[in-house]
Amino acid sequence: MDCENVMTVTIKRPAPAAAPPKAKSPLRYRLSSWDLKFSPYLYISPFFLLFALVGLFPLVYTFWVSLHDWHLLKGQGEFIGLGNFATVLQDRFFWNSLGNTMSIFLLSAIPQLIGALFIAAVLDQNLRAKTFWRMSVLLPYVVTPVAVAMIFTNMFGEEQGLINNVLGNFGIDPVNWRTDTLPSHIAIATMVNWRWTGYNALILLAAMQAVPRDIYESAAIDGAGAFRRFFSITLPSIRPTMIFVIITSTIGGLQIFAEPRLFDPTDPGGPQRNFQTTVLYLWEMGFQRNNFGKASAIAWLLFLLIVIIGIVNFSISKRIASADSKKPTNRAQRRAEGKRK
Amino acid sequence: MSILEKNTAGNKTSAPSRPGRPFRQRIFGNGLKPGYLTYGLLLAFFLGSAYPLWWSVVVGSRTNEALGLDWPPLLPGGNFWTNVGEVFDTIPFWTALGNSILISTIITVSVVTFSTLAGYAFAKLKFRGNGVLMVAVVATMAIPTQLGIIPLFMVMRTFGWTGEIGAVIIPTLVTAFGVFFMRQYLVDVIPDELIESARMDGANMIRTFWHVALPAAKPAMAILSLFTFMMAWTDFLWPLLVLNADNPTLQTALSQLQSSRYVDYSVVLTGAALATIPLLVLFVLAGKQLISGIMQGAVKG
Repeated sequence: MDCENVMTVTIKRPAPAAAPPKAKSPLRYRLSSWDLKFSPYLYISPFFLLFALVGLFPLVYTFWVSLHDWHLLKGQGEFIGLGNFATVLQDRFFWNSLGNTMSIFLLSAIPQLIGALFIAAVLDQNLRAKTFWRMSVLLPYVVTPVAVAMIFTNMFGEEQGLINNVLGNFGIDPVNWRTDTLPSHIAIATMVNWRWTGYNALILLAAMQAVPRDIYESAAIDGAGAFRRFFSITLPSIRPTMIFVIITSTIGGLQIFAEPRLFDPTDPGGPQRNFQTTVLYLWEMGFQRNNFGKASAIAWLLFLLIVIIGIVNFSISKRIASADSKKPTNRAQRRAEGKRK
Repeated sequence: MSILEKNTAGNKTSAPSRPGRPFRQRIFGNGLKPGYLTYGLLLAFFLGSAYPLWWSVVVGSRTNEALGLDWPPLLPGGNFWTNVGEVFDTIPFWTALGNSILISTIITVSVVTFSTLAGYAFAKLKFRGNGVLMVAVVATMAIPTQLGIIPLFMVMRTFGWTGEIGAVIIPTLVTAFGVFFMRQYLVDVIPDELIESARMDGANMIRTFWHVALPAAKPAMAILSLFTFMMAWTDFLWPLLVLNADNPTLQTALSQLQSSRYVDYSVVLTGAALATIPLLVLFVLAGKQLISGIMQGAVKG
C-alpha cells in the first residue's frame, strides 16, 4: 500500500463536491502526515534501540575487551592488540574444547536428524489420536536443560547409575561415563538428543505433510518402491526445512553449556577436561580464572566458528539439493514447493 | 526399516490393500490404516520420552538406595515428602519459582509487544529503509547471545545490578527472532485493503494498528508468547552469572542441588521433578498451540 497516495486521495476527494470540508486544518494535516511518515520508525525503534544496547554494543565491546589485558576485578589493563587471540590459538585447552564441542555436536546433530526423520515418517500417517502422539514426542522439550542434565547425570552415574546397573546384569563392565572421553561425549549428546529430537521431528513432519499426496501416487504407479519414494520425493521436498533444522541445531549445538556444566559439578568439563566445551571454557576463563581479555577472544573465535560452520552447512546442503533435483522427480518436487508457498 | 518404509509409503500412496493377507495388514497396515507396527513404534517413542521423567519421580520418591539396585525400580516409593522437605531446606525454592515466573512473564510481554509493533511495520507499512533494516534483523538472529556476556556482565556490575532480577530481564527485552516471526505471519494475514480502508475512515496509524493489526496478530502473538516464555524459563548461563544463591531463578537454584558437596541424588531428582511441574502444566494446557506453533514455524521459516 502506498500511504502517500491514500493520503492525497483522502484530502482531494471532497474538493469537487460542494463545500470544502471544515476539518483538516493545516496543523491537523501536518500532524497526519507526520503520523504517516514517522509512525513506522516509532514502531521499529524500541526493537532497534534495545537491540543496539543489549546485542550490538556487547558484540563490539567484546572485541575491544579482547584487545586488552583485562581482569574481572582489576579491570582494563594494557592494550595488547591481537595478543589474546595469539595466546588462545596456542592454548591446548582451547583446541581441546573445540574438539570436544565438535565431537559432541556431531554425536548429537547426526543421530538427531536421522531420528527426527524416522519419527516424522512414522507420524506422517493417518493416525488415531494424532495430537496425543505428537505431544508425546514433544514432551522432553518442556523439561529444562538443567533438569535434563540432572536426570541424565544420575542415569549415567559411574558407580550407581541406572545404565551401568542394567549393563552389569548382562555381564558388561561399567562404562566410565564421566572420566572417559568418548563415553562422556555420548552421555552429553544423549541429553541434547533426548530433548530436541521430537521437536525437530515435528518441524520435519510439517514439511512432509505439505508434500501433495498425488506425487506419491504417480510415483508408485511408475513403479517407484517405498525406499525410492522416500529418498527421491520426500527428502528433496523437505530440503529447505532440513537445512533449517541443520542450521538451528548447529547454532544450538555449538553453544551447549548447562549439560556439560552440570555433568561434573566440581570440575568444569570433567576431571581431564574431557568434555569441556568451548562455551564452558569461555565461562571458566572469564569467571573462574577472571581473565576477561582471553575470554573475549574465545567468544569471538567461537562466533567466527559458528559463522564458518553455518556457511559450510549451507553450501553442502545446497549441493546435495542440486544433485537431487537432477533426478526424474524434479517436476514433482518443484510442484510441491510451489504449493507450499 | 524397510518394513516401516513399506508401511509409511503404503499409506501415502493409498494403494489398494493386498487381498488375502489380513495378518500382514494388521501388523504392517494397509493403505489407509497404519498397523500395529506403527503404533508399537509410537508407543516406544512415548516411553522413551516419558521414561527419564518417570525415573526422576521414582528415584525422587525413594532414598539413594534405589540407585544401587541391579534392576531399576519401576514404581515410586514413600520418601517423596521427606525429599521435598530436603529440597526446600537446601534451596530457596519458592523465591526461585517466583523469580522465574516474574522474569519470564516480563520478558514475554516485552518481546511480544515490541515484536508485534516492529513486525507489523516491516510487514505492512512503507517507509524508507524497510528492506535494509529487515535484513539487519535477520542477520542478527544468527548472533549467539553468549558472545556478549562479558561486556553485559561488566555493565551490570558497573550499575550495581548484579544480584537483581532486572539484570536477567534487560538483555532479553527484545529478540530478533520475535520480529522476524511476527513479520512473516502478518505479511500474509492482513490484507492491504483493510489497512487502507481504516485509513480512509480517518483512523490514525496507532488506531489502525490497534483495531486492524492487533486482532489479526493474536494467534501468532500467542505462539510467540509460548516460545519466549520457554526460552526465558530455561535460560541458565546468564542468570548463573548475574544472580547469587539467595535470589536465584529456578534453573540456577536447581543447579545448586547438584553442586553441593554431598550430593543426595534422590533429593536432586525430587528437585528436577518439582521444577518440571510448572512447564508440564503449561504443556498440558497449551501443548496443542505449541505443536501448531512449531509446525507453522517450519513451513514459514
